Amino acid sequence: MVYLTRKAEFAASHYYHNPALSAEENRRLFGKCNNPNGHGHNYTLEVTVKGAVDPRSGFVIDLKELKDTMNREVLDAMDHRFLNKEVPEFATRIPTTENLAIAIWQRLAPKLKQAQLHRVRVYETADLFVDFYGEA
Amino acid sequence: MKAHLTRRYKFSASHRLHSDAMSEAENAATYGKCNNPHGHGHNYALEVTVSGQVDENGMVCNLVDLDGFVEREILERFDLQNLNTLPEFAETVPTTENLSIAVYDILQRGFRLAHLERVRFEETLMNSFEYAGEENH
Repeated sequence: MVYLTRKAEFAASHYYHNPALSAEENRRLFGKCNNPNGHGHNYTLEVTVKGAVDPRSGFVIDLKELKDTMNREVLDAMDHRFLNKEVPEFATRIPTTENLAIAIWQRLAPKLKQAQLHRVRVYETADLFVDFYGEA
Repeated sequence: MKAHLTRRYKFSASHRLHSDAMSEAENAATYGKCNNPHGHGHNYALEVTVSGQVDENGMVCNLVDLDGFVEREILERFDLQNLNTLPEFAETVPTTENLSIAVYDILQRGFRLAHLERVRFEETLMNSFEYAGEENH
């Protein structure tokens, strides 16, 4: 089993708001992140796949397939977007880094044919990242 | 669903690597320049990884709580200190291995709002250390 990681960057805006809570509770819980006009981050995405090395190609996965899948499923949908308003998953889920990692996993996992998705890591900043391994 | 959240912190501290269980010659041979009696310092980067179910607010735990705990219990204790003078290192040499264990133990004992997965220290850009508790080894 070999693990391969491909990195990508995208920029997006978001804000945190739970409609089940009062305006005051939202402000207390989410602080500055509750500003409804949103704020932005340069996200770094690391996608790790795992698999046996194909004896003919020497690949775990054709990097072009991985890159194209990441571009199509994630970057085209999220890069330079307001996550709350333009990405359907976040109509009902708060676009925290946790939920972003889960949404990206759910977009990629069914589309990867040659190798198995192992981990999605999303950096919101250099000092904060979330790993999702597809665990229930 | 269960996710892992990692937060990175920075602090600076000095230390001297010296073991009372060794002779002067052994200390010098083992620790080299790090045995300098006057000590030396590092800018440490600390990564704390916690895990748990992502709640209805989209969080493993509220970062304000994790940051507050680390600030109060770790950064205030270690930042800009001489590690050799602290009670945590009264009996152990303040290597980054032992620093990792000391910080893990503080988090494990006191931070109850998510499951502690591991701590990771970068002593320099070339050296890093991870500790995830004994049961994970």
